[in-house]
Amino acid sequence: MKHLSVRWIACILLMLGTALVAACAPDAEDAAPSPTSGEYVFGMLLVGPSNDHGWSQAHYEGAKYAESKIPGTRFIYIDKVNPSDRPNVTVEQLVDDLVAQGAKFIITNSDDFKDGTREAAKLHPDVIFLHISGDDVLTGKAPPNLGNLMGRMVYGKMIAGCAAALTSETGHISYLGPLVNDETRRLVNAAYLGARYCAENLRDAPFAGGMQFEVVWIGFWFHIPGITLDPTQVANDFINSGSDVVLSGIDTTEALVEAQKATDAGRNVYAIPYDYEGACSQGPGVCLGVPYFNWGPAYERHLREARTSTWKQAWEWLEPGWNDLNNRDTSPVGFAFGPALSEANRAKLNTFIQGLADGTINLFVGPLNFQDGTVYLAEGQQATDRQIWYMPQLLEGIEGQSAAN
Amino acid sequence: MSMKYRQFLPTRREAFVAGRWLLVLVGALAFTHLVLLLSGTSPSAAYRLVLFDAFSSPSKRADMVMLASPLLLCSAGLTLTFAIGLYNLGIEGQVAIGAVAAMIPLRLLPDVPPLLLWGLAFSAGALGGAGWGLVIALLRLYGRVSEIFAGLGMNFLATGVALYLVLGPWKRPGIASMSGTERLPNAIWLPTLEGLRVAPAAPVLALLALALVWFALARTHWGLSVRAVGANPAASRRLGVPSSRRLVETLAVCGALAGIAGTLQVLAVFHALIPNISSGIGLMGLLVVLLAQANPAWVLPVVLLFATFTIGSVGLPLQLQIDSSISGVLQGALVLGALVAQGVRKGGRRSE
Repeated sequence: MKHLSVRWIACILLMLGTALVAACAPDAEDAAPSPTSGEYVFGMLLVGPSNDHGWSQAHYEGAKYAESKIPGTRFIYIDKVNPSDRPNVTVEQLVDDLVAQGAKFIITNSDDFKDGTREAAKLHPDVIFLHISGDDVLTGKAPPNLGNLMGRMVYGKMIAGCAAALTSETGHISYLGPLVNDETRRLVNAAYLGARYCAENLRDAPFAGGMQFEVVWIGFWFHIPGITLDPTQVANDFINSGSDVVLSGIDTTEALVEAQKATDAGRNVYAIPYDYEGACSQGPGVCLGVPYFNWGPAYERHLREARTSTWKQAWEWLEPGWNDLNNRDTSPVGFAFGPALSEANRAKLNTFIQGLADGTINLFVGPLNFQDGTVYLAEGQQATDRQIWYMPQLLEGIEGQSAAN
Repeated sequence: MSMKYRQFLPTRREAFVAGRWLLVLVGALAFTHLVLLLSGTSPSAAYRLVLFDAFSSPSKRADMVMLASPLLLCSAGLTLTFAIGLYNLGIEGQVAIGAVAAMIPLRLLPDVPPLLLWGLAFSAGALGGAGWGLVIALLRLYGRVSEIFAGLGMNFLATGVALYLVLGPWKRPGIASMSGTERLPNAIWLPTLEGLRVAPAAPVLALLALALVWFALARTHWGLSVRAVGANPAASRRLGVPSSRRLVETLAVCGALAGIAGTLQVLAVFHALIPNISSGIGLMGLLVVLLAQANPAWVLPVVLLFATFTIGSVGLPLQLQIDSSISGVLQGALVLGALVAQGVRKGGRRSE
């Protein structure tokens, strides 16, 4: 017993000592800054990490842009809001936290936040909510303080599809899909239409065996081990089955990284990432370009309206700035040319973009059939916004599932 | 000092026990302190959030109660299985399958009056969880599979079932999303207090379950036999205690309580089935029971402590740009400290 009590005393001294040393260390910053008078705080919930080189980073930088453009605003955010990174935490809880920190305007950036954002908006009627990619305003479910915003990425994806079809040698184009919903089907269809148009009209020589356009859905916007398919593996399967251009529809850059590895190993494989303007930096040698969102200007406008109480609820689906697709101050959707796009193809791609801009090229026009053979658009019929927004199936000619099974 | 007052002073043994606990607490805090310092965060700011933020607003207090309720249910159930000497690691799966089972009446009979529907959902959840627990009991009794491995296997299976249903047959129209099934209609949510996310029925149920477990263990012959099996299986079998039967019963009851916790997750927290519906609450319950050393009297305070840490740490990424998992570090350090202290005590006894 005697040496035991010595051991106890030693333990106590050690622990108290540690605690004492720790307590005496200088504190970096004691309290979180609280909103000062006149300051306008706006918050954001991001589904992925703020530095994902994809969807979430594009939003993060958009918010930073708006913060820098409007003096007196302060941006706060919580990222990685998803059930695997933050189990048992709901959108409503995190919105409470943002509001407690003084947020008057809150942006939520995932389709998965639709229900949570709506409930939170009902609980905080004095706060303005902007749900990205949602349709609550369209369906009439939104309380008056909730708006929806999205960019017309269908054009970005058409350009991406076109770049793929211009560059591919094998004619086998693949699409790394996230989960299956109206939005993702819409984007796959747009990429397919862009690829088909350019394969038929802008390529010097048509594909010998025709064009193959394949999609595989991993199950979520990014890799969740054990739950989604592994995008790295799916990208490799594409490459090993002969696909030489991989388009990414997910939030992260696995397709680009794997294409770069395959090219380093002596093959010719290209990739087109998604969402974030700087995404090509993860594999510049194989990057044909990236269709990306530029949220800054729209956020700035919404914030200014919210601050001056002129904000109005709307469902917004913003056109690219056709005058200058890559103007950071005006165009909500852009396409950054990648280093791997050849000079000749760049010129052809510009022709295509010009056609989209002046309306001479309109791809959502019949005759177009769905995958199951039913008619999507009859001969000469032009799709309405709703027909493009609510996309029930993939189009005929695309290999892959129209719905999750 | 007269004898009259002497009885109110702690005995030497009690003082020793209290000192041990204090030591565990100080040790755990010191360890977490170190982790915080190494990550370059201000420990005092982090502690202020972790320890007190859960009480900072009505909505935080509500969230704390809504976390503590299913946690208490799981911990109450695990107190039983610990008393009989089982490590029911399958608790996560029992929560998940309880949630899945509760969804069945909610989906099939949405037009039944809510009160009846909730009754059906809780019954289904309890049955589902109990069934999942029974499988583990049978595997142990007839398959000679340790309940630890059987439980882990059944956890994978339950998560698989939930995931399959969310992404398959129960998916939203046209959409398979990790965010879960379509939300239940507001009318069949477990009723909440105005403007808050707290459903009073949840803590009532949980406290009832804990009281029941305490009563059964401490005041009934059944509980005595459970504890006897836990203390010495061979001896109690020789004395005629039906140990296999008790083993089946405790696992089934624990599963049922976990299933009710899963039902709460569906009816009162997420209002939908999500893939990660158990959200680690069962595993946290294991930590609670390890720290409370399966003593029902300690379960409630420990549950409240853990719920406080967890809710308090939700604000960490926003206010201090550090991850919420620091509350896990603190909880883990507490449990480890308690186990080490216990081990040291036992080792000391043996060497005497």
